[in-house]
Amino acid sequence: MKVGTVIAILAGEGDDADGVAGGARQVAAPEDNGHAIASTPAEEAQAQQSTVQARPKEGQEPASLRVEPEVPEGTEMVRTTVREALRDAMAEEMRADDRVFVMGEEVAEYQGAYKVTQGLLDEFGPRRVIDTPITEYGFAGVGTGAAMGGLRPIVEFMTFNFAMQAIDHIINSAAKTNYMSGGQMRCPIVFRGPNGAASRVGAQHSQNYGPWYASVPGLIVIAPYSAADAKGLLKAAIRTEDPVVFLENELLYGQTFDVPKLDDYVLPIGKARVARAGKDVTLVSYSIGVGVALDAAAQLAEQGIEAEVIDLRTLRPLDKETVLRSLGKTNRMVCVEEGWPVCSISAELMAVAMEEGFDDLDAPVMRVTDVDVPLPYAANLERMALIKVSDVVDAAKKVCYRS
Amino acid sequence: MAKAASSKRGTDPDATAAPPPVSDLRPNRERPPEPQRHQASRDELLEYYRQMLLIRRFEERAGQLYGLGLIGGFCHLYIGQEAVAVGLQSAMEPGKDSVITGYRDHGHMLAYGIDPRVIMAELTGRAAGISKGKGGSMHMFSVEHRFYGGHGIVGAQVSLGTGLAFKHKYAGDGGVCLAYFGDGAANQGQVYESFNMAELWKLPIIYVIENNQYAMGTSVNRSSAEDQLYRRGESFRINGLQVDGMDVLAVRGAATTALEWVRAGKGPILLELKTYRYRGHSMSDPAKYRSRDEVQAVREKSDPIEAVKRELAAAGVAEDQLKKIDGEIKRIVTEAADFAEQMPEPEASELHTDVLVETY
Repeated sequence: MKVGTVIAILAGEGDDADGVAGGARQVAAPEDNGHAIASTPAEEAQAQQSTVQARPKEGQEPASLRVEPEVPEGTEMVRTTVREALRDAMAEEMRADDRVFVMGEEVAEYQGAYKVTQGLLDEFGPRRVIDTPITEYGFAGVGTGAAMGGLRPIVEFMTFNFAMQAIDHIINSAAKTNYMSGGQMRCPIVFRGPNGAASRVGAQHSQNYGPWYASVPGLIVIAPYSAADAKGLLKAAIRTEDPVVFLENELLYGQTFDVPKLDDYVLPIGKARVARAGKDVTLVSYSIGVGVALDAAAQLAEQGIEAEVIDLRTLRPLDKETVLRSLGKTNRMVCVEEGWPVCSISAELMAVAMEEGFDDLDAPVMRVTDVDVPLPYAANLERMALIKVSDVVDAAKKVCYRS
Repeated sequence: MAKAASSKRGTDPDATAAPPPVSDLRPNRERPPEPQRHQASRDELLEYYRQMLLIRRFEERAGQLYGLGLIGGFCHLYIGQEAVAVGLQSAMEPGKDSVITGYRDHGHMLAYGIDPRVIMAELTGRAAGISKGKGGSMHMFSVEHRFYGGHGIVGAQVSLGTGLAFKHKYAGDGGVCLAYFGDGAANQGQVYESFNMAELWKLPIIYVIENNQYAMGTSVNRSSAEDQLYRRGESFRINGLQVDGMDVLAVRGAATTALEWVRAGKGPILLELKTYRYRGHSMSDPAKYRSRDEVQAVREKSDPIEAVKRELAAAGVAEDQLKKIDGEIKRIVTEAADFAEQMPEPEASELHTDVLVETY
């Protein structure tokens, strides 16, 4: 059987099964196999307008972003920032369950370093909204111990960069104890906070830990993009019996999206979302990368390429089914990730495509990631280092053999 | 949780107008009374003897099973330190108070009344083990007893135990956490991060440093600038008491004092138990860092079980009665070892269970 011959069509409900037929096309090998796209300085300099920092301004939302199918038709939508959605999720869960509390640096009286916990102290008081000293390892352990004792802590890290001091408890204590105890010791805890590059904060404050945590069995890792997902998934994270690493993004906090006005909007963990339907190429991303992918999809549409955008939402467990179903339809895939290329979520997705979607591939999977360097401070260098819409457009065209 | 009302005195700059009374300056805060050696009844003494002997014989057998290859990996024996776990935990309320410790955990489990058979079966990696064979020597738990492990990362249990104490206070369940760690762990940073929060929030926790003199092969005075470890809480206003960890009655007396302090809502307290391990750090330790004479001297002069035997003799307990207990312990340990050898290994399907609780 030739590579690229369709042997199975994984078309889901509502999927365009006709779009899958292209799998049998004979194609020439691409010229540039599998290189990360962000490469030449000239390209990078040109792309200054579409770096991560230039993502939708406050109050804007990519027009293509569709609402969850789980929401009943006619549900009222409320324009909400990601920041508010996260706060609402915590507040709702705290109202419903006294075991839920929030602890972290500046979460109470300061109202949150990024104002995500704004108003929680007023409503729930200092018993349940707890300012900690600057002591990540210690309070991550205290939170984990409290979860082992039966509470449901939400531990906020001012950024996940600081959680590196606490990673021992996240992995060795929270993730492994249920297994090591033969299922006796539960650890229902949420570690949350901003992750990834912010803006001009330098290398030590700009790192995506998605791949780190997603490699650990025993953890749930969630990295939402939209406000609705942030709310629905944070509520699910607080409720689950398993330890969750919930990766937010500072640059998304102020962005506004539609959030369904429902009493209890909870989304399933481990389910990706088709953020935009298309038939020619699949763009897979998560967190802030989804916005880049959606913008790229809009530009590609103008050039006659219909890109399907998959928002992974959960990094562990990874929703391979949704990715492979889309790949079965488009036969081409580009991973878009605001993070380093080596041992990344993109690398994992490429492995999944090789192992389980090989016969659907009409071209090598490509990845658009940050450049493989510590994030620089200088504005021009920082722009060069981060993913850009133009790189995603180029990669998508490359796997479609279009120039 | 609300920051506890400050008990600090003389720190308010506005208070300079009226100097605080001398009694408030020295000592500058309330301190617990000197612990009294426990006045044990005959039955209590017999129970301490029984429990300490169970730990010793259990550990001796575990050492043998290790030598036979039935126990693998790391295995840290508690021999020599029995009075610590027994003296402290005899004062606790299982099911209400919580206990957490490091990797040298067999003795603490036995002292909490956990079935020796399922502990030994865990050591041999069998399905009937308390962690279904998936944890091993260092990772054993009994939520039913509120025994929270069994943790392999040195010092991690101190933060986790502080979290358990946080839960006791948050839930208002009246429980106290007993968190054990060694003289080696006493140099870990997270211990002090935890001390700070525990005192700040007045958490009900007894920090127990089991000072067995050696962190693996490094003696306390080679690793610790302040080798009087009971002072290690002073910067956080946590009172410390130094206790003879080879005397179960002294340990029990200190437990009473510590529990009174903590249960009164006065926040954490630190106990340094001076003890000694007869065996190596783990089964693979050739113990080149200390002389045989040193070990022998402790065994001869300070053995905690021999000390209780002397107490029992003074209380008029006949040798026969002790022999009867010895026989009973021997039977329990043999049963546990047989059980641990005969039970099957976990099913292959267990490889994938318990990674996550829920299905996604």
